[in-house]
Amino acid sequence: MIIDPVTLIVALITVSTPVLLAAIGELVVEKAGVLNLGVEGMMIMGAVCGFVTAHHTGSPLMAFVAGMGGAAALAMLFAVLTQLLMANQVASGLALTLFGLGLAALIGVGYGGLPVPPVSRPFPEALRDIPVAGPILFSHSTLTYVALILVAAVWYVLTRTRIGLILRAVGENHDAAHALGYKVVRIRILAILFGGACAGLGGAFLSVVRVQNWFEGMTAGAGWIALALVVFASWKPWRVLLGAWLFGGIAALQLRLQAVEVGVPVALLDASPYLVTILVLVIISSDRSRAALNAPAALGRVFHASS
Amino acid sequence: MTALLEIEGLTKAYPGVVANDAVSFSVQPGEVHALLGENGAGKSTLVKMIYGLVKPDRGAMRLRGAAYAPSEPRAARAAGVAMVFQHFSLFEALSVAENIALGMENPPKARDLAERIRSVSETYGLPLDPFRLVGDLSAGERQRVEIIRCLLQDPKLLIMDEPTSVLTPQEVEILFHTLRKLSSEGTAILYISHKLEEIRTLCDAATILRLGKKVGECTPREVTAAHMAELMVGKSLSVPARDDHEPGEVLLHVAGLSVTPASPFGMPLRHVGLEVRAGEVLGIGGVAGNGQDELLSALSGETPVSPGAITLQGQPVGHLGPNERRVLGLLCAPEERLGHAAAPDMSLTENAVLTGRIRQGLDAHGFVNWGKARGFAEAIIARFDVRTPGPGVAARALSGGNLQKFVIGREILQDPTVLVVNQPTWGVDASAAAAIRQALLDLAQGGAAVIVISQDLDELLEISDRFCALNEGRLSAPRPARGLTMEEIGLMLGGAHDMHDVAAGAGA
Amino acid sequence: MIRLEKRPQPSRGWVIGGPVLAVVLTMAAGGLMFAALGKDPVEAIRIIFWDPLFSQQFASYSRPQLLVKAGPLILIAIGLSLGFRAGIWNIGAEGQYIVGAICGAAFGLAFWPSESPLIFPGMVLAGLLGGFLWAMIPALLRVYARTNEILVSLLLVYVAEAMLASAATGWLRNPEGSGFPGSRTLSRHPGTDNPELIAGTGMHWGVLAAFVAVIAAYVVMNRHVLGYQIRLAGEAPRAARFGGVNAGRLVILCMGVSGALAGAAGLFEVSGPAGRISIDFNVGYGFTAIIVAFLGRLNPVGILLAGLLLALTFIGGELAQLMMGIPAPAIQAFQGMLLFFLLALDLLANYRIRLKGRAPA
Repeated sequence: MIIDPVTLIVALITVSTPVLLAAIGELVVEKAGVLNLGVEGMMIMGAVCGFVTAHHTGSPLMAFVAGMGGAAALAMLFAVLTQLLMANQVASGLALTLFGLGLAALIGVGYGGLPVPPVSRPFPEALRDIPVAGPILFSHSTLTYVALILVAAVWYVLTRTRIGLILRAVGENHDAAHALGYKVVRIRILAILFGGACAGLGGAFLSVVRVQNWFEGMTAGAGWIALALVVFASWKPWRVLLGAWLFGGIAALQLRLQAVEVGVPVALLDASPYLVTILVLVIISSDRSRAALNAPAALGRVFHASS
Repeated sequence: MTALLEIEGLTKAYPGVVANDAVSFSVQPGEVHALLGENGAGKSTLVKMIYGLVKPDRGAMRLRGAAYAPSEPRAARAAGVAMVFQHFSLFEALSVAENIALGMENPPKARDLAERIRSVSETYGLPLDPFRLVGDLSAGERQRVEIIRCLLQDPKLLIMDEPTSVLTPQEVEILFHTLRKLSSEGTAILYISHKLEEIRTLCDAATILRLGKKVGECTPREVTAAHMAELMVGKSLSVPARDDHEPGEVLLHVAGLSVTPASPFGMPLRHVGLEVRAGEVLGIGGVAGNGQDELLSALSGETPVSPGAITLQGQPVGHLGPNERRVLGLLCAPEERLGHAAAPDMSLTENAVLTGRIRQGLDAHGFVNWGKARGFAEAIIARFDVRTPGPGVAARALSGGNLQKFVIGREILQDPTVLVVNQPTWGVDASAAAAIRQALLDLAQGGAAVIVISQDLDELLEISDRFCALNEGRLSAPRPARGLTMEEIGLMLGGAHDMHDVAAGAGA
Repeated sequence: MIRLEKRPQPSRGWVIGGPVLAVVLTMAAGGLMFAALGKDPVEAIRIIFWDPLFSQQFASYSRPQLLVKAGPLILIAIGLSLGFRAGIWNIGAEGQYIVGAICGAAFGLAFWPSESPLIFPGMVLAGLLGGFLWAMIPALLRVYARTNEILVSLLLVYVAEAMLASAATGWLRNPEGSGFPGSRTLSRHPGTDNPELIAGTGMHWGVLAAFVAVIAAYVVMNRHVLGYQIRLAGEAPRAARFGGVNAGRLVILCMGVSGALAGAAGLFEVSGPAGRISIDFNVGYGFTAIIVAFLGRLNPVGILLAGLLLALTFIGGELAQLMMGIPAPAIQAFQGMLLFFLLALDLLANYRIRLKGRAPA
């Protein structure tokens, strides 16, 4: 066998972590009724802030905090534009991506190829050496486990707690939520910041843990894939995890296929993660009833308290 | 006895209008107090101030003798004031229990809450399943959700904004029963309405508003409806005039019309059949959400159906789109003025093109003749007394009544063979409503066939020749409107369809 | 406290004043950014906005560049603006641009070394068709499978880039290029070249096409029923359906036109300024055109002006890079900032700002 399934699964989990983090954050934002198309821009800001910080401080923890902070600052811009100045969300999200890509490239000038510290792995070597289960379950960096815990936490908060209920209510009908006395704008701003921090963490994981390097445009559409995953998941946290693994699996597999030079054109392999994402989007979207029922009803609509 | 709520000189102004001008009145504990006034009289603004949604510019409120100035609805709820909104503040994709929990400060655990919802709803005769999605409920059931949400807070004052506009006469009876029980337990109710008979049946006291000012108060049981109407409107209104006439040939025929709704919470149409003749007004009554929108979309051509389901003067038109139907003379005016019947940010001239382009010849070789379009818009404005600075004004700048006159006028001026209107006078002040009804009657008089879909039963009885009811997407057989009693109508609205069922239902 | 009040009608003054003020604010904020980079902000702004047009030293080179860079931006942005007006979000113009370029170039190379005068028109048609078909993927998926066109059109950019890589290194590679990636040079071959039409102006067929597109879009949007329907669909989709607008047809039309124009822009670029298919001939015009469309308020004349302005920032940015060592990405951030300020100032066109507590008249 040319491709070892165990290493493939390990790679799959690593590749999927950045999009998983970004997508779970965006899910919360969309559940609050806001469509932030700036995920790609926030991710790359997280990637560059994380990388620069990791290089200077030598602390991966500080790098992750910086990645979250940088992306959340960008998200704050989006929040001010869309929530306080009531700008169009689609246009503002695109602006965020274009601006984020430029700003990140600017910050990262001269940092390409510089060293970053290794990241910690929570489980001892003995566990990692267990055949099959060891690499798959115990070989990952701490942040990978954090991402999984985050998915569980978002699921719990959204479905089982009052905060989650209020968040969903705001995303479902902001006028009614306002009439009941909930602070629609404040709740949405907090959700946007959370989404930004998650995207930034995903970006920092990409540069500091996975690639351990910085180059312009390194997110390569991961932010857009994250947006697609939220739709694919019908706004359900566990399905986001499933989607991220599916995407990670394709991405990891195509890299290995390129390495072993099978008879498939390289261009097709390069494009395969995007093509598969489009394919699953189409399959999910054409099921009218399911897609419509879970989508937050106020998604993307501007809220202005007129009374 | 100290009053429960005292209102002293409340004033609130918006740009261009003074919504409330030094309004004062008081509500006693356990009293059912009516707040009576036309659309635009300032009732909604007043109760929004009491509920903490709007801050007054001037004036003071006292609750049980203590100063009361709620900064937000939460504060109002904490002080024992609860409110049932006219347009429900509900979340369709959430369950009944979740909706109720959102309206409470400290909701109990999910299981306990469900138990309490069941017990309270049974005590007050408003049965409700806590785990159903609100989107699947009827309008009447949704109102129950709102009421129970309020009752769980144990309010001292319950505000109800036009609660009966979405109910069948039978459901109104149940609601009044509940409200009387609450009142006997000491809860005061502030009841907002413009329906006089209702207020005379239910309320102990009434405050009457006109154009933001308090113009009178009375004990409704002791005065006539006509007296209250005069106070409310400020002048006596003419009842639409019409002559008796024999209807002509069948212009529109609908048979076996079934439609699956586009949205997850829509109502499917089930084998709807009707026919309407030249010179006739057919009234279609029904509680909101029973398929009115779907029926209008099917008739307008927004939802294409099988060709033979709808025939216009013998020609199958079910498969045709809106403009093709306009060519043949089938015109419509939907309920939602802003966003459906008119584009809010476009000028009246541009909105005149929306439906008038084909029949009025407002374009040539694909290019819009804006001069001609402006002329058509001006004609509508002049003929239907639309109050606006000119046809260049955006639709959303017009008041509801004026925009509605424009929308209805736009269709009538195109000389339709068949006109279908949905809620033609909803949210429109009384004089505009009277003008619109007269215009519809005149149109029928001139030989057109008119279908009026409305939730306002008084309106339907006033202008229809025949009446039928829409219930759960099914249309009852029509009956002559003259001589129908409210009870018979109630049974039709409730789904007892043919004469047989009505008789049996009435006897039971 | 500040309170916002919706205007009954958008303010005409701010509709025009907004973009102008946004440019001024961007210059100020951009100056701060350059200062933070340790560069003289006043000099940087002068080099970006003044020198390319008026400095004796550079103007002769950079003035023609203005049209060269503005042409594709305007051509793409005009197409996008139709869809944006109707609430149809094609943000994958970069991909359509690439595919149009590949198809057009492939047509020209298929007949190589013919110098027939029919080759270039054929290449233009192939470019239009390539962009059109690439845009049809998200359009048809939206109409027939309700798939979000924003995501699909954007994801297809990455697919187009993979195709470009394979074309440049494989099936369109110059057979006489000793194995280096990149196609034959189209711009130096009669028959396949897109020449400068008037010497020293930078005017080529693509720029001419952009001007024609501006005029055509102006007429369609203001006078034609189609333009009316596009505006209607964007402002009130339900009213549009009631008014007999076929939403699906509109999606296909708007996406198709924007894709075709982007594809043509790509072809004009590879047969002219860029010269040939190479792995990185695309410099992000497809994305910058989004900024151009918004900055021009989706209005054809506005887009013309916005395209020239953004072209100026590209040229001025290169100059600033050369003269002051300002990094290239700074210009991209600068352009993003412009869009932010513009969106923020939109507020003033639609809302009136009032201080709280003062009683309104």
